Amino acid sequence: MAIDIQPDRAEAPGGRGPGAPRPARAWWLRPAIHTGIIGAVLGYFLGHWLGNYIASGYSQVVNSGQNDFAIILGYALGTVGWLAGLGVFNDLGRQIAGRPIHAEQEVQAASSGLARYFRYSLDHKVVGIQYLVGMIGYFLTGGLLAMAIRTELLSPSYHVFSSATYTAIVGEHGTMMMMMMSSIILGPLGNYLVPLMIGSKRMAFPRIEALSFWLTPAAYIVLLSGLMFGGFPFGWTGYAPLSVQATQGADAYAVAFGIMGLSLILLGFNLIVTIICYRAPGMRWSRIPIFVWAIMTTSFLMVLAAPVLVGAMYMLITDRTVQTAFFTDSLGGSSYLWQNLFWFFGHPEVYILALPGFGIVCEILPVFCRKPLFGYRVAAAGMVGVTLLSFFVWQHHLFDSGINPDMRPVFMLTTELISIPTGFIFLVGLGTFWKAKIRFTVPLLFALGFYFNFLIGGISGVFLSDVPADTTEHGTFFVMAHFHYTIMGGLIFAFFGGLYYWLPKIMGIRLNQTLGKIHFWTMFVFFNSTFLPLFAVGMAGQPRRVYTYARSLETLNDWVSISSFLLGVSILIFLANFVYSTVIVRVREEGNPWRSRGLEWQVASPPPPGNFARVPVVLSGPYEYGVQDAPPVADLDPPLGVLSNADASVVTEGAEA
Amino acid sequence: MTATEATVSADAQRREPNHGLRIFLIWLPVALAADLIIWFVWGPHMPPGDMSSSASSQQFDINVMAVMAAPVMAFILIYAGYALVVWRHREGDEEDGPPIHGNTRIAATWIGVTAALVLGLFVFGTVELVVPAGAGSGEGNTPIWKPSGGTPLQVQVIGQQWRFTYRYPQFGGFETTSLVLPVGENVQFNVTSLDVIHSFWAYQLGVKADANPGINNVAYTKPEHTGQVQVRCAELCGLWHADMTTLGHVVSDSAFSAWASAAKTQLAALTRNLPPYALTYDPNSVAQLGKAFRQAGLSGAGGQYYGPQYPVQP
Repeated sequence: MAIDIQPDRAEAPGGRGPGAPRPARAWWLRPAIHTGIIGAVLGYFLGHWLGNYIASGYSQVVNSGQNDFAIILGYALGTVGWLAGLGVFNDLGRQIAGRPIHAEQEVQAASSGLARYFRYSLDHKVVGIQYLVGMIGYFLTGGLLAMAIRTELLSPSYHVFSSATYTAIVGEHGTMMMMMMSSIILGPLGNYLVPLMIGSKRMAFPRIEALSFWLTPAAYIVLLSGLMFGGFPFGWTGYAPLSVQATQGADAYAVAFGIMGLSLILLGFNLIVTIICYRAPGMRWSRIPIFVWAIMTTSFLMVLAAPVLVGAMYMLITDRTVQTAFFTDSLGGSSYLWQNLFWFFGHPEVYILALPGFGIVCEILPVFCRKPLFGYRVAAAGMVGVTLLSFFVWQHHLFDSGINPDMRPVFMLTTELISIPTGFIFLVGLGTFWKAKIRFTVPLLFALGFYFNFLIGGISGVFLSDVPADTTEHGTFFVMAHFHYTIMGGLIFAFFGGLYYWLPKIMGIRLNQTLGKIHFWTMFVFFNSTFLPLFAVGMAGQPRRVYTYARSLETLNDWVSISSFLLGVSILIFLANFVYSTVIVRVREEGNPWRSRGLEWQVASPPPPGNFARVPVVLSGPYEYGVQDAPPVADLDPPLGVLSNADASVVTEGAEA
Repeated sequence: MTATEATVSADAQRREPNHGLRIFLIWLPVALAADLIIWFVWGPHMPPGDMSSSASSQQFDINVMAVMAAPVMAFILIYAGYALVVWRHREGDEEDGPPIHGNTRIAATWIGVTAALVLGLFVFGTVELVVPAGAGSGEGNTPIWKPSGGTPLQVQVIGQQWRFTYRYPQFGGFETTSLVLPVGENVQFNVTSLDVIHSFWAYQLGVKADANPGINNVAYTKPEHTGQVQVRCAELCGLWHADMTTLGHVVSDSAFSAWASAAKTQLAALTRNLPPYALTYDPNSVAQLGKAFRQAGLSGAGGQYYGPQYPVQP
C-alpha cells in the first residue's frame, strides 16, 4: 500500500498553525546540545536530592555509603532534563497549551551547516549523520576497552589492572558493544537511506526518530558513569543475583541498558511504519531493496524483543532500590527469571546485530557483480525466517543451567534450524557470483570479508548448538570467538562495506580507495589473527572474563593480544582515510560512481532537502543488471495524475512480476 | 524467479567450460583430505580428551561435527575462490553479467541439503545427549537421563564466591576443598550455590553444570582414566572469578577408599558443625558454615557467608 498523496513540500509533522513565522532567536537561546547538558546536570542533581529526601537511610546498601535510589532517580531525571534541554518536549508542550507549533524545519534550514547536527533535528538525513558519528564514537570507546582487556591478558601473572578494574573493563566493553552498537546500521544507514530507497521524502515520525538518537548519548554517558562507582562485575549479561548484590555501577548498567532499550523500540517502530506506509507508488514488496527487507525484519526484532529487556532492567532496578525480590532465590524470586528474560531479549539481539549485515552484503553484491541478486525472494525469506526463529532459541544459552533439561533437544533443533535461513544468504551470495563480472572495489572486499568471517562464525555456532559439544565450549573463549566472528567479523565488516559504498552518497565525497584497500586488508588479516586462535584457547579450557589463565596458554594469548592491537591500528587507518578524504582532499562525487540501480543513487549526492523534487514512480526492481531493455528504476519526474493509477501502469519486469 | 539464461546463446554455452564440474573436482579431494585429517590425525587429540565417559562422548561429537562442517566450509570457500578468479571483471569489459534472477532447482537443492544436514545433526545430537546420560551437562534437579547400574557415587559441589567445596554424603557428609574421584565408577555431581550463579566445569571430565542458589543441578560422568582434573568456574561470578580453580584427582578405587575414610575421620569435628547434608542450602540458615570453616582453617567466601543483599565487591 504505497501512499498516493504527497504534498509538494515536506511539511512540519503535526501541521502548521496559522501564526506568522517566529523570528529566529540567538543561537544560545535556541535548544541545542548545550541546553541539553544544562538540563541533564540540573535533572541529575534534582533527582539525586529527591532520592535522598525520599529514601534517606532506607535503601543505603552496605559497604558503599551511596543511595541507589538517589542515583537511579538522578539518572532518570538527568535523562529527562537532557531531553527537555534539547527541546524534545517543546512542540508537545505547545500542543498541550493549544499554541501553534512553529515551523521547526524553517528554523533549521536557516541554521547553517554544522550547527544543525547539534540540535534536535527532524531531518532524517541529519539524524542519520548524528547516529553515524555517535555510533562510531561508541564503537571506538568499546574498541579501546577491548584493547585494555587484551593488554591485561598479555600475561597470566603480571597484572596491568587489578581484577576489579579488569572486570569493570570487561563489563563496559561488552555492554558498550552489545547495547550501544545495537543500532549501528539501523541508526545511521537505516534512518538516512530508507526514505531514499523507498522513494519517500521523510520518515514517518521525525520526532520519534530524533528522540531515538538523542537517547543514545544519555545511555552512553550513564553507562560510562558506572566506572566512577567502580564499574559492574557481571559483564554485559548482568546475571542476577550477582547484579543485585553489586554496588552502584550496576545502577548505571540497568539505567543505561533501559534507556537504550527504549531507543531501540522507538527506532524500530519508526522504521517499520515508514517502510510499510511511505513507499513510493510502484515500490511493491517485490521491488524494495533487500537492504530495506533487512531493516524491516531487524526493526520487528527490536520492537518485539527490546520491551522484554526494558522490563527486565526495571525489575533489576526495583530489586536494587525498593527491595523487591524478583531474582533473590531465598525470598521467593528466581535467578532463572533473569536468565530467561535477558536471553529472551538477548538472542533476538544477536540477530539484530546480524540481519542488517546480511542486507548490506546482499545490496552490495549485485552492483559489483553486475548481475541481478540471485534469489531475491530467497534472501527476503531467509531474513524473515531468521526473525521468526530467533524468538525460539534463547534457551540454548542455558543448556548447562539446569532449567527444563528435557527441553534441550527442542532448543537444539530450533537453534540448528536457524542455520537454514541463514544459509539462504550464502546461497544468494554464491548464486550472484555465478558467471558474474566481479569488480574488486572496497565495498565488495568488505562484503567478501563478511562472507568469510560469517562462515566461520556460523559453522562454530553449529558446534555450540549441539548440547554435548556445548558442554565443553559453553562459557569459554570459544563462545567469545564465535560471536566476535558473527558480530565484529560479520556486522562490522558489512558496516564498513556500507560506509565505503554509501558515504559518496551521504557526503558527496569519495573516500580514498587505496587507503580503503589497506584498511580492508589490515582489518581482515588482523581480525582473523585475533579471533581464530581464540577458538583454540577456549577449547583448551580458558573460561571467559578471566584476568588470569593457565600459563600454558600464554603464547596464544600474546599472539591474540598483539593482533588485537594491530586490529586497532587498522581502524585508525579508516579514521585517517575518513579525515584525509573528507577534510584534506575532498574529491567531489556527485553522480553515481558505482553505476548502481538503487533508487537512492538516482538523486544528487548528497541528496537535496526533501530527497525528491516529486514523489517518484518506481518502474522496476533495483537489481535488473544485464536485463535487456530493463526500464529505469524509477520515473523521478512523473507527469501529474500518474500517481493515482501508478500501480496499473506496471512495466513487466520478468516472468513472475 | 525463472531460471532463464536466454541471453546467453547456445554457442557461448558450448564454449563455456563446465564450471560446476570443475568446482566439484577441486572440492572433492580437498573435502576428503580435510575429513581424513580431522578424523584420524586431529580427532584423537580433540578437546576435552577421553578421560571420562562424558569427555569422550563430547570429543566424538565435536569430531563428527568437524567432519560434517569441513566439506561445507570447503565448498563455499572453493566456490567463492573459483568465482573470484574466473568471474572477475576484465579490463575494458563494460557489459553487465547474465541476468539470472534465480534458479528454483538450485535453491530447492540447497534448502534440501541444509535441511537434511540440520535434521541429521539434531537427531545425532539428541541421541548423543540421551545415551551417555546427559553427556556431562547439568540436567537440573530431576534428571531423566541417568546412567544404568547401581547408585552412583554422590559428590555435592557447592559454589560460593570464590571457591568450590565438595561434600561426600555417602561418607558421612564431610566437606572438603579437594575433589577426589575413583576411576571406573559412575559419579553424580549435585551442583548448587550459596550466593550467585557459578558454573562447575571439570575440564578433563567433560562436566559442566551451573551452580544456582537454591537449586540442585545434577550431572553424571564416569572417569575412565586416572589423572588430574582442572576445575574452573565457567560463569562470571564477581571479582575473583578467574581464581576459582582447583585441581581434582581421579585415583584408583582403593586409593579413593583410603582417602575417603581418612578424610571422614580427620574432618569429623568439622562435619558435626556443618548443616546436615541437603541438596540445597538456604544461605540465611548456614551462618555456622563460616564458623566451621574457620575451625578447619578454611576460608570459603572470605571466611564467612554473606547474603546477596550484602554486596562486598565493586
